[in-house]
Amino acid sequence: MIRIEEVTKRYPGGQDALTGLSLHVEKGEMVFVTGHSGAGKSTLLRLIALIDRPTGGQVIVDGQNTRRVSRRKIPAYRRQIGMVFQDHKLLYDRPVFDNVALPLVIAGLTHREAARKVRAALDQVSLLHKEKQSPETLSSGEQQRVGIARAIVSRPKVLIADEPTGNLDPDLSLEVMRIFRRFNEVGVTLLIASHDIALIDQLGCRRIPLANGALAVEQEEDPVAEYMERLEAEQERDRWQT
Amino acid sequence: MANMKSSEALAAPRRRRPVSGWAVRHFNTAIAALLRLSRQPFASLMTVLVIGVTLALPAAMHLVIKNAQAISASWNNALDFSVYLHNDVSLEDARRLVDIVSQRADVDSVTLITADDALAEFREQSGFGDALDHLSVNPLPHTLVVRPSAANTEVSMGLLNEELGNLPEADFVQVDTEWVQRFHAILDILERAIAIGAGLLAAAIVVIIGNTIRLDIQNRREEIEVTKLIGASNSFVRRPFLYIGMWYGLGGGLLALALVRYGLYALEEPVTRLSGLYSSRFAVLALDLRESLVIAATGVGLGLVGSWLAATRHMHRIEPR
Repeated sequence: MIRIEEVTKRYPGGQDALTGLSLHVEKGEMVFVTGHSGAGKSTLLRLIALIDRPTGGQVIVDGQNTRRVSRRKIPAYRRQIGMVFQDHKLLYDRPVFDNVALPLVIAGLTHREAARKVRAALDQVSLLHKEKQSPETLSSGEQQRVGIARAIVSRPKVLIADEPTGNLDPDLSLEVMRIFRRFNEVGVTLLIASHDIALIDQLGCRRIPLANGALAVEQEEDPVAEYMERLEAEQERDRWQT
Repeated sequence: MANMKSSEALAAPRRRRPVSGWAVRHFNTAIAALLRLSRQPFASLMTVLVIGVTLALPAAMHLVIKNAQAISASWNNALDFSVYLHNDVSLEDARRLVDIVSQRADVDSVTLITADDALAEFREQSGFGDALDHLSVNPLPHTLVVRPSAANTEVSMGLLNEELGNLPEADFVQVDTEWVQRFHAILDILERAIAIGAGLLAAAIVVIIGNTIRLDIQNRREEIEVTKLIGASNSFVRRPFLYIGMWYGLGGGLLALALVRYGLYALEEPVTRLSGLYSSRFAVLALDLRESLVIAATGVGLGLVGSWLAATRHMHRIEPR
Protein backbone atom coordinates (compact mmCIF):
# COMPACT_ATOMS: atom_id res chain seq x y z
CA MET A 1 0.00 0.00 0.00
CA ILE A 2 2.85 2.32 0.87
CA ARG A 3 6.11 1.62 -0.88
CA ILE A 4 9.21 3.66 -0.19
CA GLU A 5 12.08 2.94 -2.53
CA GLU A 6 15.58 4.25 -2.00
CA VAL A 7 14.21 7.57 -0.86
CA THR A 8 16.59 10.36 0.00
CA LYS A 9 15.64 13.78 1.21
CA ARG A 10 18.07 16.61 1.53
CA TYR A 11 16.75 19.88 2.86
CA PRO A 12 17.92 23.15 1.33
CA GLY A 13 20.14 23.75 4.35
CA GLY A 14 22.14 20.70 3.32
CA GLN A 15 21.09 18.32 6.07
CA ASP A 16 20.08 14.85 4.97
CA ALA A 17 16.80 13.84 6.56
CA LEU A 18 16.53 10.54 4.69
CA THR A 19 19.43 8.61 3.23
CA GLY A 20 18.23 5.84 0.99
CA LEU A 21 15.25 4.57 2.93
CA SER A 22 13.26 1.62 1.58
CA LEU A 23 10.24 0.10 3.22
CA HIS A 24 6.92 -1.43 2.35
CA VAL A 25 3.66 -1.33 4.23
CA GLU A 26 1.22 -4.02 3.13
CA LYS A 27 -2.42 -3.34 2.54
CA GLY A 28 -4.32 -3.57 5.81
CA GLU A 29 -1.18 -3.39 7.93
CA MET A 30 -0.72 -1.21 10.97
CA VAL A 31 2.91 -0.18 11.20
CA PHE A 32 4.84 2.08 13.53
CA VAL A 33 7.82 4.10 12.46
CA THR A 34 10.00 4.70 15.47
CA GLY A 35 13.21 6.45 16.22
CA HIS A 36 14.60 9.47 17.97
CA SER A 37 13.60 12.89 16.90
CA GLY A 38 15.64 13.70 13.82
CA ALA A 39 15.65 10.10 12.69
CA GLY A 40 13.48 10.96 9.70
CA LYS A 41 10.02 9.89 10.86
CA SER A 42 8.36 13.22 10.21
CA THR A 43 10.14 13.67 6.92
CA LEU A 44 8.87 10.29 5.77
CA LEU A 45 5.29 11.27 6.60
CA ARG A 46 5.73 14.65 4.91
CA LEU A 47 6.82 12.89 1.74
CA ILE A 48 3.80 10.59 1.86
CA ALA A 49 1.48 13.58 2.43
CA LEU A 50 3.24 15.45 -0.39
CA ILE A 51 4.09 18.36 1.87
CA ASP A 52 7.59 17.76 0.58
CA ARG A 53 8.96 15.89 -2.38
CA PRO A 54 11.85 13.43 -2.16
CA THR A 55 15.27 14.43 -3.45
CA GLY A 56 15.70 10.91 -4.83
CA GLY A 57 13.83 7.61 -4.95
CA GLN A 58 10.15 6.80 -5.19
CA VAL A 59 7.22 7.16 -2.85
CA ILE A 60 4.31 5.05 -4.04
CA VAL A 61 1.00 5.20 -2.19
CA ASP A 62 -1.86 2.95 -3.30
CA GLY A 63 -0.21 2.51 -6.68
CA GLN A 64 0.34 6.24 -7.19
CA ASN A 65 3.87 7.45 -7.57
CA THR A 66 3.98 10.83 -5.85
CA ARG A 67 6.44 12.01 -8.46
CA ARG A 68 3.64 11.91 -11.01
CA VAL A 69 1.26 13.91 -8.86
CA SER A 70 1.43 17.44 -10.22
CA ARG A 71 1.05 20.47 -8.01
CA ARG A 72 -2.53 20.92 -9.12
CA LYS A 73 -3.38 17.29 -8.32
CA ILE A 74 -1.98 17.43 -4.79
CA PRO A 75 -5.34 18.34 -3.18
CA ALA A 76 -7.10 15.36 -4.80
CA TYR A 77 -4.18 13.14 -3.76
CA ARG A 78 -4.30 14.31 -0.15
CA ARG A 79 -8.03 13.67 0.03
CA GLN A 80 -7.31 9.94 -0.36
CA ILE A 81 -5.16 9.89 2.74
CA GLY A 82 -6.28 10.43 6.30
CA MET A 83 -3.84 12.46 8.36
CA VAL A 84 -3.53 12.84 12.11
CA PHE A 85 -1.17 15.35 13.65
CA GLN A 86 0.51 15.68 17.00
CA ASP A 87 -0.96 19.17 17.47
CA HIS A 88 -4.39 18.09 16.14
CA LYS A 89 -4.53 20.99 13.67
CA LEU A 90 -8.18 21.68 14.36
CA LEU A 91 -9.93 24.89 13.38
CA TYR A 92 -10.92 26.62 16.58
CA ASP A 93 -13.36 29.07 15.05
CA ARG A 94 -15.97 26.40 14.36
CA PRO A 95 -17.60 23.57 16.26
CA VAL A 96 -16.47 19.95 16.34
CA PHE A 97 -19.06 18.94 13.75
CA ASP A 98 -17.77 21.42 11.19
CA ASN A 99 -14.18 20.35 11.84
CA VAL A 100 -15.00 16.74 11.14
CA ALA A 101 -17.19 17.66 8.15
CA LEU A 102 -14.41 19.70 6.53
CA PRO A 103 -12.91 16.92 4.35
CA LEU A 104 -16.39 16.11 3.04
CA VAL A 105 -17.17 19.76 2.41
CA ILE A 106 -13.88 20.07 0.55
CA ALA A 107 -14.89 17.04 -1.49
CA GLY A 108 -18.06 18.88 -2.44
CA LEU A 109 -20.75 17.77 -0.01
CA THR A 110 -23.01 20.19 1.82
CA HIS A 111 -23.11 20.03 5.60
CA ARG A 112 -26.48 18.35 5.42
CA GLU A 113 -25.25 15.68 3.05
CA ALA A 114 -22.20 15.14 5.22
CA ALA A 115 -24.12 14.87 8.49
CA ARG A 116 -24.57 11.11 8.53
CA LYS A 117 -20.90 10.37 7.85
CA VAL A 118 -19.74 13.00 10.33
CA ARG A 119 -21.89 11.51 13.10
CA ALA A 120 -20.65 8.02 12.26
CA ALA A 121 -17.05 9.23 12.52
CA LEU A 122 -17.70 11.05 15.79
CA ASP A 123 -19.43 7.98 17.13
CA GLN A 124 -16.34 5.90 16.38
CA VAL A 125 -14.24 8.17 18.59
CA SER A 126 -17.05 8.39 21.21
CA LEU A 127 -17.54 12.14 20.80
CA LEU A 128 -21.00 12.18 19.28
CA HIS A 129 -22.38 14.15 22.21
CA LYS A 130 -19.83 16.94 21.73
CA GLU A 131 -20.46 17.77 18.09
CA LYS A 132 -21.75 21.27 18.85
CA GLN A 133 -18.90 22.25 21.13
CA SER A 134 -15.90 24.31 20.18
CA PRO A 135 -12.66 22.29 20.09
CA GLU A 136 -11.25 24.74 22.63
CA THR A 137 -13.60 23.41 25.30
CA LEU A 138 -12.32 19.85 24.83
CA SER A 139 -9.41 18.16 26.54
CA SER A 140 -6.27 17.42 24.60
CA GLY A 141 -7.24 13.77 24.25
CA GLU A 142 -10.69 14.68 23.00
CA GLN A 143 -9.22 17.15 20.53
CA GLN A 144 -6.98 14.41 19.20
CA ARG A 145 -10.02 12.17 18.79
CA VAL A 146 -11.74 14.95 16.83
CA GLY A 147 -8.63 15.07 14.64
CA ILE A 148 -8.89 11.33 14.13
CA ALA A 149 -12.61 11.55 13.30
CA ARG A 150 -11.74 14.18 10.69
CA ALA A 151 -9.04 11.93 9.26
CA ILE A 152 -11.35 8.95 8.82
CA VAL A 153 -14.63 10.66 7.94
CA SER A 154 -14.10 10.25 4.21
CA ARG A 155 -13.08 6.61 4.72
CA PRO A 156 -9.52 6.76 3.40
CA LYS A 157 -7.69 3.54 2.64
CA VAL A 158 -4.52 4.91 4.17
CA LEU A 159 -4.09 6.81 7.38
CA ILE A 160 -0.85 8.39 8.49
CA ALA A 161 -0.28 9.84 11.92
CA ASP A 162 2.65 11.87 13.18
CA GLU A 163 3.19 11.38 16.91
CA PRO A 164 -0.55 11.18 17.54
CA THR A 165 0.00 10.49 21.23
CA GLY A 166 2.88 12.92 21.66
CA ASN A 167 0.89 15.25 23.90
CA LEU A 168 -1.18 12.65 25.69
CA ASP A 169 -0.72 10.79 28.93
CA PRO A 170 -0.40 6.97 28.78
CA ASP A 171 -4.07 6.19 29.34
CA LEU A 172 -5.24 8.57 26.64
CA SER A 173 -2.48 7.30 24.38
CA LEU A 174 -3.70 3.76 24.76
CA GLU A 175 -7.25 4.91 24.06
CA VAL A 176 -6.14 6.61 20.84
CA MET A 177 -4.17 3.55 19.78
CA ARG A 178 -7.19 1.34 20.38
CA ILE A 179 -9.20 3.60 18.09
CA PHE A 180 -6.51 3.18 15.43
CA ARG A 181 -6.57 -0.55 15.99
CA ARG A 182 -10.32 -0.64 15.31
CA PHE A 183 -9.83 1.16 12.00
CA ASN A 184 -7.10 -1.28 11.14
CA GLU A 185 -9.51 -4.14 11.81
CA VAL A 186 -11.87 -2.82 9.14
CA GLY A 187 -9.06 -2.72 6.59
CA VAL A 188 -7.46 0.72 6.89
CA THR A 189 -3.70 0.74 6.37
CA LEU A 190 -1.99 2.78 9.06
CA LEU A 191 1.48 4.23 9.25
CA ILE A 192 2.13 5.87 12.59
CA ALA A 193 5.22 7.72 13.65
CA SER A 194 5.79 7.40 17.36
CA HIS A 195 8.57 7.12 19.87
CA ASP A 196 6.36 5.52 22.49
CA ILE A 197 7.91 2.08 22.13
CA ALA A 198 6.28 0.63 25.22
CA LEU A 199 2.87 1.48 23.91
CA ILE A 200 3.64 0.03 20.49
CA ASP A 201 4.82 -3.23 21.96
CA GLN A 202 1.61 -3.44 23.92
CA LEU A 203 -0.28 -3.37 20.63
CA GLY A 204 1.92 -5.96 19.00
CA CYS A 205 2.30 -4.19 15.67
CA ARG A 206 5.23 -4.18 13.32
CA ARG A 207 7.86 -1.60 14.12
CA ILE A 208 10.09 0.08 11.61
CA PRO A 209 12.90 1.73 13.51
CA LEU A 210 14.67 4.60 11.82
CA ALA A 211 18.00 6.11 12.67
CA ASN A 212 19.77 8.88 10.81
CA GLY A 213 17.41 8.73 7.88
CA ALA A 214 17.58 5.02 7.19
CA LEU A 215 16.41 1.74 8.63
CA ALA A 216 18.03 1.11 11.98
CA VAL A 217 19.15 -2.29 13.07
CA GLU A 218 16.57 -3.52 15.54
CA GLN A 219 18.12 -4.02 18.88
CA GLU A 220 16.23 -6.01 21.44
CA GLU A 221 17.98 -4.23 24.18
CA ASP A 222 17.25 -3.98 27.81
CA PRO A 223 16.18 -0.32 28.10
CA VAL A 224 12.98 -1.14 26.28
CA ALA A 225 12.13 -4.04 28.48
CA GLU A 226 12.95 -1.92 31.48
CA TYR A 227 10.70 0.83 30.25
CA MET A 228 7.92 -1.69 29.65
CA GLU A 229 8.24 -3.03 33.16
CA ARG A 230 8.21 0.45 34.59
CA LEU A 231 5.09 1.32 32.61
CA GLU A 232 3.33 -1.83 33.72
CA ALA A 233 4.25 -1.07 37.27
CA GLU A 234 2.82 2.40 36.87
CA GLN A 235 -0.38 1.10 35.48
CA GLU A 236 -0.61 -1.38 38.30
CA ARG A 237 -0.20 1.45 40.77
CA ASP A 238 -2.86 3.53 38.97
CA ARG A 239 -5.25 0.65 39.20
CA TRP A 240 -4.63 0.51 42.92
CA GLN A 241 -5.33 4.15 43.31
CA THR A 242 -8.66 4.15 41.50
CA MET B 1 -34.60 28.50 0.67
CA ALA B 2 -31.24 26.92 1.30
CA ASN B 3 -32.82 24.48 3.66
CA MET B 4 -35.34 23.46 1.08
CA LYS B 5 -32.72 23.05 -1.61
CA SER B 6 -30.31 21.05 0.45
CA SER B 7 -32.98 18.74 1.79
CA GLU B 8 -34.06 18.13 -1.78
CA ALA B 9 -30.49 17.35 -2.66
CA LEU B 10 -30.31 14.99 0.26
CA ALA B 11 -33.46 13.18 -0.74
CA ALA B 12 -32.44 12.73 -4.36
CA PRO B 13 -29.31 10.80 -5.28
CA ARG B 14 -26.51 13.33 -5.22
CA ARG B 15 -25.08 12.53 -8.61
CA ARG B 16 -28.30 13.34 -10.33
CA ARG B 17 -28.50 16.80 -8.78
CA PRO B 18 -25.00 18.19 -9.14
CA VAL B 19 -26.20 21.70 -9.98
CA SER B 20 -28.36 22.10 -6.91
CA GLY B 21 -25.55 20.75 -4.71
CA TRP B 22 -23.19 23.23 -6.30
CA ALA B 23 -25.66 26.08 -5.76
CA VAL B 24 -26.20 25.13 -2.15
CA ARG B 25 -22.45 24.98 -1.51
CA HIS B 26 -21.98 28.42 -2.99
CA PHE B 27 -24.97 29.77 -1.12
CA ASN B 28 -23.58 28.37 2.13
CA THR B 29 -20.15 29.84 1.44
CA ALA B 30 -21.71 33.22 0.65
CA ILE B 31 -23.72 33.21 3.86
CA ALA B 32 -20.72 32.06 5.88
CA ALA B 33 -18.69 34.95 4.43
CA LEU B 34 -21.46 37.38 5.36
CA LEU B 35 -21.58 35.99 8.90
CA ARG B 36 -17.82 36.32 9.17
CA LEU B 37 -18.06 39.99 8.16
CA SER B 38 -20.86 40.59 10.63
CA ARG B 39 -18.64 39.28 13.40
CA GLN B 40 -16.41 42.32 12.91
CA PRO B 41 -19.10 44.88 12.17
CA PHE B 42 -16.97 47.97 12.69
CA ALA B 43 -14.08 46.95 10.45
CA SER B 44 -16.49 45.65 7.79
CA LEU B 45 -18.56 48.82 7.86
CA MET B 46 -15.47 50.99 7.52
CA THR B 47 -14.43 49.10 4.40
CA VAL B 48 -17.95 49.33 2.98
CA LEU B 49 -18.02 53.03 3.79
CA VAL B 50 -14.76 53.70 1.96
CA ILE B 51 -15.96 51.80 -1.08
CA GLY B 52 -19.37 53.45 -0.94
CA VAL B 53 -17.96 56.97 -0.85
CA THR B 54 -15.47 56.14 -3.57
CA LEU B 55 -18.24 54.82 -5.80
CA ALA B 56 -20.60 57.66 -4.92
CA LEU B 57 -18.16 60.31 -6.20
CA PRO B 58 -18.20 59.35 -9.88
CA ALA B 59 -21.90 58.45 -9.64
CA ALA B 60 -22.70 61.93 -8.34
CA MET B 61 -20.51 63.60 -10.97
CA HIS B 62 -22.24 61.56 -13.61
CA LEU B 63 -25.58 62.85 -12.34
CA VAL B 64 -24.33 66.44 -12.50
CA ILE B 65 -23.35 65.96 -16.15
CA LYS B 66 -26.57 64.17 -16.93
CA ASN B 67 -28.62 67.02 -15.49
CA ALA B 68 -26.51 69.65 -17.22
CA GLN B 69 -27.07 67.84 -20.50
CA ALA B 70 -30.80 67.72 -19.86
CA ILE B 71 -30.88 71.45 -19.14
CA SER B 72 -28.79 72.36 -22.16
CA ALA B 73 -30.92 70.13 -24.35
CA SER B 74 -33.94 72.25 -23.44
CA TRP B 75 -31.89 75.38 -24.20
CA ASN B 76 -30.98 73.99 -27.54
CA ASN B 77 -34.62 73.87 -28.60
CA ALA B 78 -35.36 77.32 -27.20
CA LEU B 79 -32.94 78.90 -29.68
CA ASP B 80 -34.39 81.19 -32.29
CA PHE B 81 -33.26 81.24 -35.89
CA SER B 82 -32.77 84.62 -37.47
CA VAL B 83 -33.50 84.30 -41.19
CA TYR B 84 -32.17 87.37 -42.99
CA LEU B 85 -33.90 87.80 -46.32
CA HIS B 86 -32.38 89.20 -49.47
CA ASN B 87 -32.59 92.97 -49.73
CA ASP B 88 -34.80 92.79 -52.80
CA VAL B 89 -37.50 90.73 -51.09
CA SER B 90 -40.57 92.85 -50.73
CA LEU B 91 -42.54 93.21 -47.56
CA GLU B 92 -45.48 91.30 -49.10
CA ASP B 93 -43.20 88.43 -50.04
CA ALA B 94 -41.79 88.47 -46.53
CA ARG B 95 -45.28 88.35 -45.02
CA ARG B 96 -46.20 85.45 -47.27
CA LEU B 97 -43.05 83.67 -46.21
CA VAL B 98 -44.02 84.11 -42.56
CA ASP B 99 -47.28 82.29 -43.26
CA ILE B 100 -45.55 79.49 -45.13
CA VAL B 101 -42.84 78.94 -42.53
CA SER B 102 -45.22 79.05 -39.60
CA GLN B 103 -47.18 76.16 -41.17
CA ARG B 104 -44.24 73.86 -40.52
CA ALA B 105 -44.68 71.28 -37.80
CA ASP B 106 -41.21 71.90 -36.41
CA VAL B 107 -41.85 75.61 -36.03
CA ASP B 108 -43.58 77.09 -33.07
CA SER B 109 -43.94 80.68 -34.19
CA VAL B 110 -42.50 83.15 -36.69
CA THR B 111 -42.09 86.83 -36.07
CA LEU B 112 -41.36 89.28 -38.86
CA ILE B 113 -39.01 92.15 -38.18
CA THR B 114 -39.41 94.48 -41.12
CA ALA B 115 -36.45 96.45 -42.42
CA ASP B 116 -38.02 99.65 -41.07
CA ASP B 117 -38.54 98.20 -37.63
CA ALA B 118 -35.02 96.95 -37.63
CA LEU B 119 -33.66 100.33 -38.62
CA ALA B 120 -35.74 102.09 -36.00
CA GLU B 121 -34.52 99.72 -33.36
CA PHE B 122 -30.96 100.09 -34.51
CA ARG B 123 -31.26 103.86 -34.52
CA GLU B 124 -32.54 103.79 -30.99
CA GLN B 125 -30.01 101.37 -29.61
CA SER B 126 -26.83 102.23 -31.45
CA GLY B 127 -26.84 105.99 -31.04
CA PHE B 128 -25.86 106.46 -34.70
CA GLY B 129 -29.23 108.18 -35.31
CA ASP B 130 -27.76 111.19 -37.10
CA ALA B 131 -25.47 109.16 -39.27
CA LEU B 132 -28.32 106.92 -40.31
CA ASP B 133 -30.35 109.93 -41.42
CA HIS B 134 -27.81 110.42 -44.19
CA LEU B 135 -28.56 107.01 -45.70
CA SER B 136 -30.73 107.25 -48.74
CA VAL B 137 -31.95 103.66 -48.56
CA ASN B 138 -32.46 101.32 -45.67
CA PRO B 139 -29.58 98.82 -45.89
CA LEU B 140 -31.26 96.38 -43.54
CA PRO B 141 -33.23 93.38 -44.82
CA HIS B 142 -36.48 92.01 -43.51
CA THR B 143 -35.84 89.32 -40.94
CA LEU B 144 -37.86 86.32 -39.83
CA VAL B 145 -37.34 85.25 -36.26
CA VAL B 146 -38.26 81.56 -36.28
CA ARG B 147 -38.88 79.83 -32.95
CA PRO B 148 -38.66 76.06 -33.36
CA SER B 149 -41.21 73.89 -31.60
CA ALA B 150 -40.16 72.24 -28.36
CA ALA B 151 -40.36 68.76 -29.83
CA ASN B 152 -37.27 69.28 -31.97
CA THR B 153 -34.22 67.12 -31.57
CA GLU B 154 -30.70 68.11 -32.38
CA VAL B 155 -31.04 66.45 -35.79
CA SER B 156 -34.35 68.04 -36.69
CA MET B 157 -32.96 71.40 -35.58
CA GLY B 158 -30.10 70.96 -38.02
CA LEU B 159 -32.56 70.02 -40.74
CA LEU B 160 -34.72 73.06 -40.03
CA ASN B 161 -31.65 75.28 -40.14
CA GLU B 162 -30.69 73.86 -43.50
CA GLU B 163 -34.15 74.14 -45.01
CA LEU B 164 -34.55 77.73 -43.87
CA GLY B 165 -31.21 78.52 -45.50
CA ASN B 166 -32.40 76.91 -48.73
CA LEU B 167 -35.42 79.22 -49.04
CA PRO B 168 -34.90 81.31 -52.19
CA GLU B 169 -35.71 84.47 -50.30
CA ALA B 170 -33.26 83.76 -47.52
CA ASP B 171 -29.89 85.42 -47.59
CA PHE B 172 -28.49 83.66 -44.58
CA VAL B 173 -29.64 82.04 -41.38
CA GLN B 174 -28.05 82.82 -38.10
CA VAL B 175 -28.37 80.63 -35.07
CA ASP B 176 -26.52 81.53 -31.96
CA THR B 177 -25.61 77.96 -31.18
CA GLU B 178 -21.95 78.57 -30.62
CA TRP B 179 -22.11 79.03 -26.91
CA VAL B 180 -24.35 75.97 -26.59
CA GLN B 181 -21.81 74.01 -28.57
CA ARG B 182 -19.06 75.28 -26.32
CA PHE B 183 -21.10 74.27 -23.34
CA HIS B 184 -21.54 70.81 -24.82
CA ALA B 185 -17.84 70.59 -25.51
CA ILE B 186 -17.12 71.48 -21.90
CA LEU B 187 -19.58 68.84 -20.77
CA ASP B 188 -17.85 66.31 -23.02
CA ILE B 189 -14.50 67.16 -21.49
CA LEU B 190 -15.95 66.92 -18.01
CA GLU B 191 -17.56 63.62 -18.86
CA ARG B 192 -14.27 62.23 -20.03
CA ALA B 193 -12.44 63.60 -17.02
CA ILE B 194 -15.00 61.92 -14.81
CA ALA B 195 -14.52 58.67 -16.70
CA ILE B 196 -10.76 58.89 -16.10
CA GLY B 197 -11.36 59.76 -12.46
CA ALA B 198 -13.81 56.89 -12.16
CA GLY B 199 -11.20 54.55 -13.59
CA LEU B 200 -8.67 55.69 -11.00
CA LEU B 201 -11.21 55.36 -8.22
CA ALA B 202 -12.08 51.87 -9.46
CA ALA B 203 -8.40 50.97 -9.24
CA ALA B 204 -8.38 52.41 -5.72
CA ILE B 205 -11.35 50.22 -4.78
CA VAL B 206 -9.60 47.15 -6.15
CA VAL B 207 -6.55 48.01 -4.05
CA ILE B 208 -8.62 48.69 -0.94
CA ILE B 209 -10.51 45.43 -1.21
CA GLY B 210 -7.38 43.55 -2.20
CA ASN B 211 -5.56 44.87 0.83
CA THR B 212 -8.42 44.06 3.17
CA ILE B 213 -8.58 40.53 1.80
CA ARG B 214 -4.82 40.18 2.08
CA LEU B 215 -4.97 41.02 5.78
CA ASP B 216 -7.83 38.61 6.20
CA ILE B 217 -5.83 35.87 4.48
CA GLN B 218 -2.86 36.54 6.74
CA ASN B 219 -5.06 36.31 9.81
CA ARG B 220 -6.43 33.01 8.60
CA ARG B 221 -3.12 31.58 7.51
CA GLU B 222 -3.26 28.65 9.87
CA GLU B 223 -6.77 27.76 8.81
CA ILE B 224 -5.73 27.85 5.15
CA GLU B 225 -2.74 25.63 5.88
CA VAL B 226 -4.88 23.09 7.67
CA THR B 227 -7.56 22.99 4.98
CA LYS B 228 -4.90 22.59 2.32
CA LEU B 229 -3.30 19.84 4.36
CA ILE B 230 -6.50 17.84 4.31
CA GLY B 231 -6.92 18.23 0.59
CA ALA B 232 -8.47 21.62 -0.17
CA SER B 233 -7.67 23.02 -3.59
CA ASN B 234 -6.66 26.62 -4.13
CA SER B 235 -10.07 27.43 -5.54
CA PHE B 236 -11.81 25.96 -2.49
CA VAL B 237 -9.67 28.03 -0.16
CA ARG B 238 -10.14 31.11 -2.33
CA ARG B 239 -13.93 30.89 -2.55
CA PRO B 240 -14.84 32.40 0.85
CA PHE B 241 -12.52 35.33 0.20
CA LEU B 242 -14.16 35.96 -3.15
CA TYR B 243 -17.51 36.10 -1.43
CA ILE B 244 -16.17 38.48 1.19
CA GLY B 245 -14.94 40.71 -1.63
CA MET B 246 -18.32 40.44 -3.31
CA TRP B 247 -20.14 41.49 -0.15
CA TYR B 248 -17.81 44.44 0.34
CA GLY B 249 -18.45 45.53 -3.25
CA LEU B 250 -22.20 45.02 -3.05
CA GLY B 251 -22.38 46.85 0.29
CA GLY B 252 -20.29 49.69 -1.13
CA GLY B 253 -22.43 49.87 -4.27
CA LEU B 254 -25.67 50.02 -2.31
CA LEU B 255 -24.21 52.59 0.05
CA ALA B 256 -23.13 54.71 -2.94
CA LEU B 257 -26.69 54.60 -4.27
CA ALA B 258 -28.02 55.62 -0.88
CA LEU B 259 -25.52 58.50 -0.63
CA VAL B 260 -26.44 59.80 -4.10
CA ARG B 261 -30.11 59.46 -3.29
CA TYR B 262 -29.67 61.38 -0.07
CA GLY B 263 -27.63 64.06 -1.85
CA LEU B 264 -30.41 64.51 -4.40
CA TYR B 265 -32.97 64.71 -1.65
CA ALA B 266 -30.96 67.45 0.02
CA LEU B 267 -30.65 69.39 -3.27
CA GLU B 268 -34.21 68.96 -4.42
CA GLU B 269 -35.73 71.90 -2.59
CA PRO B 270 -33.20 74.61 -3.59
CA VAL B 271 -33.21 73.36 -7.18
CA THR B 272 -36.99 73.56 -7.33
CA ARG B 273 -36.81 77.09 -5.97
CA LEU B 274 -34.17 78.11 -8.51
CA SER B 275 -36.02 76.63 -11.46
CA GLY B 276 -39.14 78.35 -10.15
CA LEU B 277 -37.26 81.65 -10.40
CA TYR B 278 -36.50 80.86 -14.03
CA SER B 279 -40.16 79.85 -14.42
CA SER B 280 -38.97 76.51 -15.71
CA ARG B 281 -40.36 73.21 -14.66
CA PHE B 282 -36.99 71.52 -14.47
CA ALA B 283 -36.93 68.47 -12.20
CA VAL B 284 -33.62 67.00 -11.05
CA LEU B 285 -32.92 63.72 -12.80
CA ALA B 286 -32.12 60.87 -10.43
CA LEU B 287 -30.23 57.67 -11.27
CA ASP B 288 -32.51 55.43 -13.27
CA LEU B 289 -32.80 51.70 -12.70
CA ARG B 290 -30.17 50.83 -15.28
CA GLU B 291 -27.64 53.27 -13.83
CA SER B 292 -28.36 52.02 -10.31
CA LEU B 293 -27.81 48.45 -11.44
CA VAL B 294 -24.57 49.44 -13.15
CA ILE B 295 -23.28 51.05 -9.95
CA ALA B 296 -24.22 48.07 -7.79
CA ALA B 297 -22.75 45.67 -10.36
CA THR B 298 -19.58 47.76 -10.58
CA GLY B 299 -19.22 47.45 -6.82
CA VAL B 300 -19.65 43.68 -6.98
CA GLY B 301 -17.30 43.40 -9.95
CA LEU B 302 -14.56 45.46 -8.33
CA GLY B 303 -14.99 43.51 -5.09
CA LEU B 304 -14.54 40.24 -6.95
CA VAL B 305 -11.54 41.50 -8.93
CA GLY B 306 -9.84 42.88 -5.81
CA SER B 307 -10.38 39.77 -3.75
CA TRP B 308 -9.50 37.47 -6.61
CA LEU B 309 -6.20 39.25 -7.19
CA ALA B 310 -5.31 39.23 -3.50
CA ALA B 311 -6.47 35.66 -2.90
CA THR B 312 -4.77 34.22 -5.96
CA ARG B 313 -1.55 36.03 -5.17
CA HIS B 314 -1.37 34.93 -1.57
CA MET B 315 -3.06 31.55 -1.82
CA HIS B 316 -0.12 29.93 -3.61
CA ARG B 317 2.30 31.20 -0.99
CA ILE B 318 0.47 29.53 1.86
CA GLU B 319 1.36 25.88 1.77
CA PRO B 320 1.41 23.50 4.71
CA ARG B 321 4.80 23.28 6.33
